[in-house]
Amino acid sequence: MTKQVQQLDRVIIRFAGDSGDGMQLTGDRFTAGTAEFGNDLSTLPNFPAEIRAPAGTLPGVSSFQLHFADHDILTPGDAPNVLVAMNPAALKANLGDLPRGADIIANTDEFTKRNLQKVGYDASPLEDGSLAEWRVHAVPLTSLTVKALEGFELSKKDAERSKNMFALGLLSWLYHRPTEATVSFLETKFAKKPDIAKANIAAFTAGWNYGETTESFSVSYEVKPAKLPAGVYRNISGNQALAYGLIAASVQARLPLFLGSYPITPASDILHELSKHKRFGIRTFQAEDEIAGVGAALGASFGGALGVTTTSGPGVALKAETVGLAVMTELPLIVVDVQRSGPSTGMPTKTEQTDLLMALYGRNGESPLPVVAPMSPSDCFDAAVEAARLAVKYRTPVMLLSDGYLANGSEPWKVPAAADLPDISTEFAAGPNDGEAFLPYLRDPETLARPWAVPGTAGLEHRIGGIEKADGTGNISYDPDNHDRMVRLRQAKIDGIAKDIPALEVDDPDGPGGGTRVLVLGWGSTYGPIAAAVRRIRASGGKVAQAHLRHLSPLPANTGEVLKSYDKVLLPEINLGQLALLLRARFLVDIISYNRVRGLPFKAEELAGVIQDVIDSE
Amino acid sequence: MSELLNGRGLSLVPKSDVKQSMKDYKSDQEVRWCPGCGDYAILAAVQSFVPELGLKRENMVFVSGIGCSSRFPYYMNTYGFHSIHGRAPAIATGLAASRPDLSVWVITGDGDSLSIGGNHLIHALRRNVNLNILLFNNRIYGLTKGQYSPTSEVGKITKSTPMGSLDKPFNPISLAIGAEASFVARTIDSDRKHLQSVLREAAEHNGTSLVEIYQNCNIFNDGAFDQLKDPEQRDDITLRLEHGRPIVSASKAVRRAADGGIEVVDRASVAEDEILVHDAHRADPSLAFALSRLDEPAFEHVPIGIFRSVDRPSYDELMAAQLEEAVAQGGPGDLDGLLLSGDTWRIG
Repeated sequence: MTKQVQQLDRVIIRFAGDSGDGMQLTGDRFTAGTAEFGNDLSTLPNFPAEIRAPAGTLPGVSSFQLHFADHDILTPGDAPNVLVAMNPAALKANLGDLPRGADIIANTDEFTKRNLQKVGYDASPLEDGSLAEWRVHAVPLTSLTVKALEGFELSKKDAERSKNMFALGLLSWLYHRPTEATVSFLETKFAKKPDIAKANIAAFTAGWNYGETTESFSVSYEVKPAKLPAGVYRNISGNQALAYGLIAASVQARLPLFLGSYPITPASDILHELSKHKRFGIRTFQAEDEIAGVGAALGASFGGALGVTTTSGPGVALKAETVGLAVMTELPLIVVDVQRSGPSTGMPTKTEQTDLLMALYGRNGESPLPVVAPMSPSDCFDAAVEAARLAVKYRTPVMLLSDGYLANGSEPWKVPAAADLPDISTEFAAGPNDGEAFLPYLRDPETLARPWAVPGTAGLEHRIGGIEKADGTGNISYDPDNHDRMVRLRQAKIDGIAKDIPALEVDDPDGPGGGTRVLVLGWGSTYGPIAAAVRRIRASGGKVAQAHLRHLSPLPANTGEVLKSYDKVLLPEINLGQLALLLRARFLVDIISYNRVRGLPFKAEELAGVIQDVIDSE
Repeated sequence: MSELLNGRGLSLVPKSDVKQSMKDYKSDQEVRWCPGCGDYAILAAVQSFVPELGLKRENMVFVSGIGCSSRFPYYMNTYGFHSIHGRAPAIATGLAASRPDLSVWVITGDGDSLSIGGNHLIHALRRNVNLNILLFNNRIYGLTKGQYSPTSEVGKITKSTPMGSLDKPFNPISLAIGAEASFVARTIDSDRKHLQSVLREAAEHNGTSLVEIYQNCNIFNDGAFDQLKDPEQRDDITLRLEHGRPIVSASKAVRRAADGGIEVVDRASVAEDEILVHDAHRADPSLAFALSRLDEPAFEHVPIGIFRSVDRPSYDELMAAQLEEAVAQGGPGDLDGLLLSGDTWRIG
């Protein structure tokens, strides 16, 4: 049977199943094949906080969405073209996101009366006509897998477990993905259990062959490789990129990395990743609590290490007092906040931008510090290096605001050469700085940073702490004027960093004064959906400018000027308008906020509608 | 030096080329404790003891939390870090774990280490980070002006407990032994010779040493340890713990009890060979724990000295060994190699 091959420019697939069905692994492997093939891609895993919610229920549904294309793309895509539903719960939980006409590949073996009842279906939607507006491919994935594995010495349960590989094989056929990497991945993963490896490979191959022979699929699809800038690429998630960025920062600063951390979703993967790289002299310390994590990191910084702590919002709340101590003692420290839905425990696996004001102001006293936010998964690498640069150069704690979407999402990354990374090294104090004396709070006139004199340096013995310091000597001081001066000096040091960061760039094809009236501004992980929405507007002839803030404290020096050069400034945020509040107060600009706090990233189509409404208004 | 020493505790800390004196360790800062405070005696004891360690002064760091005792680092002419309430063991852990060439001391009080910082204390002890923790126990909150502390006796009348405190106090020695501490000792501010002998062992110990120092707060809890200082009764109350020696006071002795525990009896009533001989190096901590319970009810008899001193690898030592092993297995880290690890592809 010859099958038709159709060319597509982009496809969005969502794998959905029970949290025990291996959907994240299936998605990861499809992603690896897609990256190897040379498409541009972007991924969005979405999983429950429960490790194993009751099987077959809606709370137990785990999904992985992948957008791949023959051109550069910015988001994991709004709505899937294909949904792989491993059970009725996966269908029900995801059908709302599925546009009419999309493909549904459903595992019919799981559409039993009991499973249907669990999620409130009276009749099977595969049979009652309710899915008539979609293209349904009813495939008995489980029984086909079991059948394909009949020759193996496996229990039925073990054989059934390979059904995700069957589904992966089928999808790999459907979209012409290369298979070698998955085969070698399975061989490596199950190196100690060769029978399981063989079974999984057999299931994968059976899925592929099923696609080729079944009449359920008459068409397969090709998405040509994307034309991306020349270079060596790899796929990388935000957490992995952030961990690599910290390692690179340690190398480029010539300082040993010390991570003090306490496990917390969605930041733990950074701890896991850094723990693997002891060859770089990295010390990872899993502390007894969040406070000890940051305390140990600060202690290591005092000793001359690059001290880092990684956490999410609830952990930042606990670390606040120690971060204040770092502000007071003016020591380098990197605090990574992988934001998640709050308040309190909130929705640990879901994303949000709601920690901005906490990062900026969530400490007692006037305690300014730089805040840096990456804008895509791979940008977490550069943002981490930048956070380290500021921490080391200005002797200050720096807050690095990632989020759950960046942390778990992935995209191809053009791998930089180590030689091209910035040198961010600094000098420790080596001798007296005031005649014969050493003054630990005598500042560099340019940066206002104080000397970093590490224990073991003879003649520079000094004491620091959380009590207010006398300007210069660093001795305890309760003098009113000295306190006022020190409060202002600490603020001036952070404000002065504005001279040392890039200006806010505006993407406006018509240039300033070119007639574009609306600027859409963003920060952090909303870059992708905003840029995709802006493309849509421009593709349909609309005029809109875009700017994206990477430094939230201090803001780039030209921020006010940029905001004031447009009639309208739209600011979408996954919070209730935290950055808008600041910009309104600081620049007296009537920002138009767009806020959704659903634990999910914005969709490009949604934002395009919002931008169009602003363009069309008055 | 004592046979207890294994040498690793300070073996990586550089030695001073010149002979040092107490003067070298006094900072230029005015000491601001209340006149008559026990902290003065401890400061003087430490300042006059550390020169004999012969370490480079710049390789010594004092880290503290919050409380009266936590001002201590300002008065030592070494590196110092006066941190935040309860967190000194955590901060010192990061410092000691990343700098094995430093001798790191934590100065803390009963409120700082046993209330707000209780978690950090027990975890530092079980990890056995190379730290010396000096716990100044005055059984009261001094800096916040006289509330009861986690070591105050039940029924303590203070500003926050006008009808008497309700909660049972911690016994810091029992707590430390329960937290897997490898070195646990008790001494007293007024006995400089004993205090310094304990500090000496603590400094040389590999891993965390916890030294409880009974310290008088003459403002808010004056006379808390008077029985131990009163010439009339102190020699009868104080049970000296010395490794390899019978555990006795002037009139009392410790022996095995019929129920399997230990008991304090009149010294005259027991034969010399019935008296328990102190073994600080016993791997099993149960006897050290039993000794720590002998001052219940309080001050009837109080063991003083080193309860426990056992050899166990320190956390920093183990951490450094893992880094070395990783390099031995895979060579030193190579950044380009790391960034290009895993599946890559080339475009153009």
